[in-house]
Amino acid sequence: MTSSEMKGAGQPRVGLFATCLVDLFRPSVGFASVKLLQDAGCEVHVPVAQTCCGQPTYNTGDRADTREIAEQVIEAFEGFDFIVAPSGSCTAMLKKHYPGLFAGDPAWEGRVQRFSDKCFELISFLTDVMMVRDTGAELQAKVTYHDSCSGLRELGIREQPRKLLANVEGLELQEMQDSDVCCGFGGTFCVKYSDISNAIVTKKVGNVGASGAHLLLAGEVGCLMNMAGKLKRQGSDMEVRHVAEVLAGMTDQPPIAGGSK
Amino acid sequence: MELAAKHFKTAAAKALVDAQLQKALGNVEKGFIGKRQMAADALPEFEALRDNARDIKNHTLAHLDLYLEEYERKVTAAGGHVHWAETAEDARRIVLDICKKAGARTVTKGKSMITEEIALNDHLAANGIEPVETDLGEYIIQLRGEHPSHIIAPAVHLNKEQVEGDFRRVHTHLPEGRDLSEPVTLLSEAREVLRKRYFAADVGITGANFLIAETGSSVIVTNEGNGDLTQTLGKVHVVVASIEKMVPTLEDTAQILRVLARSATGQDMSVYTTFSTGPKRPEDPDGPDEYHVVLLDNGRSSMLGTEYQDMLRCIRCGACMNHCPVYHAVGGHAYGSVYPGPMGAVLTPSLNGIEETGQLPNASTFCGRCEAVCPMRIPLPKMMRHWREREFERNLTPATARYGIRAWAFVAKRPKLYRMAVSLGMPILSKLGGSSRRLKSLPFAGGWTRHRDLPAPEGKTFLQAWAEQQAGKQGAAR
Amino acid sequence: MSSRDNVMRKIKAAIKVKGDDAERRGAVAERLQQAPVGIVPQRGQLPDAERLELFCAMAAQVGATTARVDDYRDVAAEVSAYLRARNLPAEVRLGADERLQDAGWDTQKHLEIRHGASDGGDLAGVSHAMAGIAETGTLALFSGPDNPTTINFLPEHHIVVLKASDIEGDLESVWALLRQHKGKGEMPRALNLVTGPSRSGDIEQTIILGAHGPRALHVIVVA
Repeated sequence: MTSSEMKGAGQPRVGLFATCLVDLFRPSVGFASVKLLQDAGCEVHVPVAQTCCGQPTYNTGDRADTREIAEQVIEAFEGFDFIVAPSGSCTAMLKKHYPGLFAGDPAWEGRVQRFSDKCFELISFLTDVMMVRDTGAELQAKVTYHDSCSGLRELGIREQPRKLLANVEGLELQEMQDSDVCCGFGGTFCVKYSDISNAIVTKKVGNVGASGAHLLLAGEVGCLMNMAGKLKRQGSDMEVRHVAEVLAGMTDQPPIAGGSK
Repeated sequence: MELAAKHFKTAAAKALVDAQLQKALGNVEKGFIGKRQMAADALPEFEALRDNARDIKNHTLAHLDLYLEEYERKVTAAGGHVHWAETAEDARRIVLDICKKAGARTVTKGKSMITEEIALNDHLAANGIEPVETDLGEYIIQLRGEHPSHIIAPAVHLNKEQVEGDFRRVHTHLPEGRDLSEPVTLLSEAREVLRKRYFAADVGITGANFLIAETGSSVIVTNEGNGDLTQTLGKVHVVVASIEKMVPTLEDTAQILRVLARSATGQDMSVYTTFSTGPKRPEDPDGPDEYHVVLLDNGRSSMLGTEYQDMLRCIRCGACMNHCPVYHAVGGHAYGSVYPGPMGAVLTPSLNGIEETGQLPNASTFCGRCEAVCPMRIPLPKMMRHWREREFERNLTPATARYGIRAWAFVAKRPKLYRMAVSLGMPILSKLGGSSRRLKSLPFAGGWTRHRDLPAPEGKTFLQAWAEQQAGKQGAAR
Repeated sequence: MSSRDNVMRKIKAAIKVKGDDAERRGAVAERLQQAPVGIVPQRGQLPDAERLELFCAMAAQVGATTARVDDYRDVAAEVSAYLRARNLPAEVRLGADERLQDAGWDTQKHLEIRHGASDGGDLAGVSHAMAGIAETGTLALFSGPDNPTTINFLPEHHIVVLKASDIEGDLESVWALLRQHKGKGEMPRALNLVTGPSRSGDIEQTIILGAHGPRALHVIVVA
């Protein structure tokens, strides 16, 4: 069955903004997102004109380029009922920061606001808009969950992933200390201030390790790559995945940075 | 104070390997975060009070000229003197003049960031007047010749053993057998030494947490009582305060007080909240003979009406740095500015220019915890981003970052080019990862791979794999 | 041009003040006149007896001790008992507050009373509070000959007498009381809000009582 065959009359049309990190490094999160959205009853589209949400340029102070990128994203996605991304920071960029880029421009103000109002982070979209309570996934695992900063503080995502994880058969959630504290990724921060980033992620993975879990989840590939990279450098056998992979029951792909050794 | 914000990276690198400092910094997380949360949770109206506190300051700033006029009128009516200082230099000169007129040889000081900002101690000392810091933390760092590393806990970068060493070095009257191994004995020693200094001082200098237009009062909020002894026992009380400390009424002060101590130390109220209005009155048995307020601008008026105006709501509680992962990692001195942490990263460029201080607003992960706890709801990350924009506009962004980001933007703005580039690049990167699926080092990614492995890409990009899957399905359906 | 003029000119330019500015002046005059009360926490909004209980509980939470007496005549005995229990000399510093003149000092023959401002040599001082604030266990004290400010800060032990009926729920109610005493917009030279004994956490964030002010705060509530 193809996605077009699943299409029903009342199905919301969702444009999946995969995010550049998912696109480039972790396609399995994209497929997990598609599955979760389709299972929730959405008609999912993946516009090919997507690249980046503009965070790197925005946070470097390059407002002009950011605005051009934003225009392109809006043009590619504004036709959908919803725009969904498996990332808190990219969603916050689309939802919270795009309107400011067009402030004072009457040609765009209304348009960008209509667009931003339709943007949602994947997990909160499932629980808050599609009213999903149980994704039907099973996983025998002790997991711990890192609250990525943008999702938590800009979008208020805290309980949503925990509610869905609670209904994953066999899964046990072991909260780490300071789950709401930054992992030190911060986009370009982690390379610009590599040593400070390292101190922060070292503390973070210490808490991850002490949680007693053997699988670390979060809703943000950047944070996951940072934490996985540090854990592997330390020789840890902690597995690291995007929460969507677990909720979609798609854990056949090796974990992030996880290989034969 | 010599500003060394441009050396942030070097100072941070040193801080990260300073074992003493790292041990002490643990106290920031331990000492503040949980207490603030408990105090906030115990007051159902806390969030509404934050909104109101923000609104009060916004209203005040929009009418700042008028409230300052009224405040000045009330201070004068109470027998006090108001002095206006445009710059730090003006303020230093005014304070020195007052001290000289009073024939002062020593002055005691309550804890005040504003006198750090204007580097008052050095100026007084250079003119033959000895400044004595009386807040315990400030006293300790004065003995060490250091600057505060935190705006409300100036000596938070130190451990008790270091303080003991300083006391033994400077308090030469101490018998060797005196136990100074614990905070309690150290405090007793400081209390004893400083008690004499209050009585000997000619002038007492404090800052102010608020200036109240309705009554012409200056307010200090403290826990030790040193500020009160400083301003009560000297013959002259000098308040140094910046213009944005203004609030309209006593009621407005009460609102902001409710969020101040809770955000700072997790107390409902600090121990001493003192409202001072003018000098000693005819019937008074104690209090200063003269009361002076030095109203300092030093760049504040230039922030009004700009994207940095919200920063003028800051009440200096320190919650932003208490919750900042970067501050936790490197401490306050690494910032090389009077004001460290997130509030300093916004304020310092306003006061000293972005040219020399650009590191500060860049050294943030934008985790947003500072904004989440700021009692005045100051959008700190947003304002740090504004500073990055100012840097970028003026070509101050480091060249590598600038070219890197412009190259990324060039490709990101051209989806076809982007697709082509990534469909070529990612498989190579994936292959490099080999069976371990990660890279231990990579040219141009040293910032990443110095400390962590780089997870290798899966191979095809998601959009590639998706297109192939869709094509396959369509083929099968046909 | 004076510094004052320069600063004011910059502020007005930044705020974009124009014309006669009547609207802004009106808003400021109104706010100063009406002093609108903001959000007052429910915590202190209690009937008399419960408000007193809350005050004592909050004071205890910040490290103060409390005692209750039925009459001003019993205050001196409580002061003596406090000093005795802590092995302190039978001496106190005291201002000229009328309410404390007839506090039963004659019943405590051994107790030495020193009048006036503290010179730093007193181990214990007695003040009368202008009000208490139940919400936070805070005392409000006026400066002046009745209760010299130095007594609040110099003695190691600060004993504060507080009339139960002066315990308000919140700081806003104290402002109302203050305006009754002094008139709108008027203040004593110093108004001290005191919440517990002096403390410092400046060494390793370990909280220690008795930094520069009193090590102990004892509140005697007179019914």
